[in-house]
Amino acid sequence: MHWSKAAAAALAAALLGTPLVSAQNAPPPAVKYVVVIDAAHGGDDGGARLGSGALEKSVTLAVGTRLRSLLAARGISVVTTRDGDTALDADKRAGIANHANASLCLSLHATESGSGIHIFTSSLAPAAAPGKFPAWKTAQSTYVARSTAAAGVLNAALAQAGFTVMLGRTGLPGIDSMTCPALAIEIAPERANDAATAEPDDAAYQTKIAQAIAAAVLAWKQQEVKP
Amino acid sequence: MISRFQKILFFVLLAASVAMAGILLHLRNRAHKQMLEGQDSAPTEAPDIAPMVQATLMVASDSDGSLRPQARAFPLPSDEGARARALLARLFDLYATADSSHPVPGGASGVAQVFLLAVPGSPAAQDGPQLAVVNLTGAFANGHPSGIETEMLTIQSICSTLHANLPRIAQVRFLVDGQTRPTLAGHADLTRIYLTQDAAPAGGATE
Repeated sequence: MHWSKAAAAALAAALLGTPLVSAQNAPPPAVKYVVVIDAAHGGDDGGARLGSGALEKSVTLAVGTRLRSLLAARGISVVTTRDGDTALDADKRAGIANHANASLCLSLHATESGSGIHIFTSSLAPAAAPGKFPAWKTAQSTYVARSTAAAGVLNAALAQAGFTVMLGRTGLPGIDSMTCPALAIEIAPERANDAATAEPDDAAYQTKIAQAIAAAVLAWKQQEVKP
Repeated sequence: MISRFQKILFFVLLAASVAMAGILLHLRNRAHKQMLEGQDSAPTEAPDIAPMVQATLMVASDSDGSLRPQARAFPLPSDEGARARALLARLFDLYATADSSHPVPGGASGVAQVFLLAVPGSPAAQDGPQLAVVNLTGAFANGHPSGIETEMLTIQSICSTLHANLPRIAQVRFLVDGQTRPTLAGHADLTRIYLTQDAAPAGGATE
């Protein structure tokens, strides 16, 4: 017995109790929402040595791993530039982010100077529209406005979570070549009266930060998806 | 037969040689003693060869990521390149103090030279915009604390200090020991040209 495709679909719909939708009226497939997490440094490049003696590369990987789990649990696809102690140069990191066609790129850093969380966007001059072949070293320039908007959302989420936040612009190899809204997030110790109350390698501090960033990513996603 | 005059000359020269050897030995012993006692004979103040000039140093603060102007009066050379170097030396001396708001070791020796050139593409007029090429020492860059904020504050304070005192400086480029270097201490890009207008004091922290 040969059934037509339409008859087979009608039977399947009747059996599953789902309404019948024709191919023409079907909603378009959902666009995958991808976030790139770039744990800075790695391998021979340890980055900054923190007050507790920990290396920046270990802290960024730990926070990145926590953040990846939190975002994956919320149904967001995550691409990481590194999952272990491997060395990557800035161009390779930007290449991974650009191939992922990401909606948001987060470069994680840690430092001993300052306090709270520092959020940076590229200091490149904003450009209107991307050319056919954007220059590698200034590819971020067409995304600066959206990166700044994303920084505002992240600032709000971190401030709501009780963090001291500093916003700034930076010339940072890597994010300057990313073709997505890109932020560098630098984790500094939490301080009260000039004394550190939580170091960047503190697991509870990292979890609190990762949760606040995950909340910000969700808020940014909703803002981006809005017509 | 040696004449009497030659004999007298010989003994005079011999006496002079012995006296000079004695003086040399004495000076050597004195220098050695000073070294052992750790005496620093370097001048603690700049020689008074240049007039006192009022200058503005844009001093970074790690606590809130800001740049604050500090007016100081000190002798500055009239040559603009030498003046730019002297300004940065003063700025780095501030950062090397124990109670610095932006601690960076190295002090005045961190800046080797500052070269002032006409901005490429602009007319080389007497009052045209200038590009400052700041040659930092490897010791300064290697000893600089690592971090996006602290590295950017150093760069911004250099750019702002140069622009505040020498307004024709519109762009700044960095070298380390005369060579290009990817980053200052792992983060801030040193391969790009920085615009001094972009280095204006940024907003502080928000909570």
